[in-house]
Amino acid sequence: MDKKLVVSPSPHIHSSVSTPRLMSDVIIALIPAFIVSVIFYGFSSVIVTAIAVVSCLLAEYLIQRFILKGKNTLMDYSAAVTGVLLAFNLPATIPWWIIVIGSVVAIGVGKMSFGGLGRNPFNPALVGRVFLLISFPVQMTSFTLPNSVDATSGATPLSFVKQALAKGESLSEIMPNFNSFDLFLGDKGGSLGEIAAGALLLGFVYLLWRKVITWHIPVYILGTMFIFSGILWMVDPEQFVNPLFQILTGGAILGAVYMATDYVTSPMNPKGMLIYGVGIGVITILIRVWGAYPEGISFAILIMNAVVPLINKYTRPRRFGIVKSK
Amino acid sequence: MLRTFKIGGIHPCDNKLSKSSSIEVFPLPAKVVIPLSQHIGAPASPVVAKGDKVKVGTLIATAAGFVSSNIHSSVSGTVAAVDMVPDTAGIRKMSVTINVGGDEWEESIDRSDILVKECNLSSKEIIDKIAAAGIVGMGGATFPTQVKLSVPPGKKAEYLIINGVECEPYLTSDHRVMLEKAEQVMVGVDILCKALDVKKAYIGIENNKPDAIAHMSKVAAAYPHITVVPLKVQYPQGGEKQLIDAVINRQVPSGGLPIDVGAVVQNVGTALAVYEAVQKNKPLFERVVTVTGKNLPTPKNFLVRIGTPVSALLAQCGGVPENTGKIINGGPMMGRAIANIEGTITKGSSGILTMEEKEAVRGEESPCIRCSKCVSVCPMGLEPYLLCVMSKKGLFAEMEEHKPTDCIECGSCAYTCPAHIPLLDFIRIGKGEVMKIIRSRK
Repeated sequence: MDKKLVVSPSPHIHSSVSTPRLMSDVIIALIPAFIVSVIFYGFSSVIVTAIAVVSCLLAEYLIQRFILKGKNTLMDYSAAVTGVLLAFNLPATIPWWIIVIGSVVAIGVGKMSFGGLGRNPFNPALVGRVFLLISFPVQMTSFTLPNSVDATSGATPLSFVKQALAKGESLSEIMPNFNSFDLFLGDKGGSLGEIAAGALLLGFVYLLWRKVITWHIPVYILGTMFIFSGILWMVDPEQFVNPLFQILTGGAILGAVYMATDYVTSPMNPKGMLIYGVGIGVITILIRVWGAYPEGISFAILIMNAVVPLINKYTRPRRFGIVKSK
Repeated sequence: MLRTFKIGGIHPCDNKLSKSSSIEVFPLPAKVVIPLSQHIGAPASPVVAKGDKVKVGTLIATAAGFVSSNIHSSVSGTVAAVDMVPDTAGIRKMSVTINVGGDEWEESIDRSDILVKECNLSSKEIIDKIAAAGIVGMGGATFPTQVKLSVPPGKKAEYLIINGVECEPYLTSDHRVMLEKAEQVMVGVDILCKALDVKKAYIGIENNKPDAIAHMSKVAAAYPHITVVPLKVQYPQGGEKQLIDAVINRQVPSGGLPIDVGAVVQNVGTALAVYEAVQKNKPLFERVVTVTGKNLPTPKNFLVRIGTPVSALLAQCGGVPENTGKIINGGPMMGRAIANIEGTITKGSSGILTMEEKEAVRGEESPCIRCSKCVSVCPMGLEPYLLCVMSKKGLFAEMEEHKPTDCIECGSCAYTCPAHIPLLDFIRIGKGEVMKIIRSRK
């Protein structure tokens, strides 16, 4: 036989899973939330998302081409995911140039300055968001209430509650303004992607079904937030909002399901994921209840991102033949 | 809930294309090349020379040491050479080449089909007979069976576990043996129980083979001490440690052997060979081989004489298809790529698999995205990504505490990696270097 055969070590087969497939699944999972944002915010939501995605792709392409001088990495879709997630963290009314700045910071500082995909310690989209939040606090926290005809700016539920509490109002006066069902569907003030809790959870189910992520991190974060805020609520329901309100608002689900689970910046084994998830949950509630910001999950994720290398060093997976050696 | 092993595991498509084709007796080739190193351990020492006449079953090489194995002629004819011949991997190995003339068997071999159930031999006599017949682990590991059956002093075997899992995709040789030779396998299991002096044997079979589970259970009903255990499909359940975990829920300690938890594992093919050796005086000179592949017109299972060239098997299935990019000796997860199709079938060859060109080439490696899928699939609870990085950077001393020596080389990590990183290649390198460090300390 003259035919040349490939000779390589085992294994000789590969699963159909690839980096681009995982990334595109994340984008698919975000489609329901995107639709909800279009329903509530109209065409401006499409524009914000488009600007963020295009700027992220362009930033990655240009940096890769002219600074890192590597090959084109757009086709792994990770920059597109960063773009969509950044857009989901922005209000629909944000000026276009702020989106571009945020995208350049997210990709340039958050990702490429460390060498690109797989090397960044912090979630790039969150680096972009937090940079904007600190640099442009007014624009970043002006929200149009969904479907409001006169485009008056309204507060997110959490900041509304925080301000009211600061004025000395009690929660029994404030809370009737909110209906959990509206919060679940997305009829509330907030950034594009954070409003639709139900749609985000639908995407979560899709990610679980496609085995893109496991349940661990989101459940640990939301569970911790629920328990921690639940304890506070039981201590004084006039001062502390109820736990369901906590997890339905302030981007908790967006953060827990889509941002904290970012492969690159989250721990590598189940034990580590527990520490990481509980840490994010606790820090989020601490910031929300006692911190200066009404919302806190972005900061909580970034803080725990910084601890991930340490977590990976000190947590090991359960090895075979160690636990039950008889 | 069906039982399975507890840590990691993957579910590759099983592609059992040849599961319904009965075992066919493969025609005698014109010559056979029988390597003297078909087992783990020292190569056997030849006891024949060029020009000697041999019969089917004639001893042609004897075990050279404790961990070694006898080798018998698989054909009758004349020894043409005892020299170095390339095997399927292209590595030159001392081999006996025999030109086939007729098919005359040694008179001691009982060639009848009568099932002989009674065995009144002692444990030692059984083990000696198994050693004499040159039986090795036929699942692919080829560890000499008599060594595995010789329980070291101070240890006690409690359970015999028979491996009918066949978790490698494509392969069906064990499946067909369980369907067509269940009676013989069961006697073989019974004999192995006697040899080990154990009171209980389990036969683990994955539930993608319901016909084998049903048939083996029916046959096992006559043996109160033998139980068939259906297992949930999950690769690498055929791994010795995984199978023990699945069947008796005990974990072999890191660095230990199955006997440390009172278990001895044997393959169904080995049980059949044991039956034939002990009850029929037939040494191990033929085995069932699956010849398969998505591009092969007729995937089949053959009863093949050891030493038959791979090219002859492929020819019998319609020749090597034009779009073949790779041929594998064994399964797609742990088999070895064939470099030389004139290389021959050995005691450990469970299958010959052809792969199309598009599947034969590895995907392009991209950066690790730290998805931790390799960690979650590793059946030994290791961190493949970490071992791979350490190996790439040459950090072998630091690597030791992360136990690359526990790696069973199942390939689940590399199979799963979305970035197509050849994790196992690097872990193998690291494992070798760490073994060197450990040995140098002694």
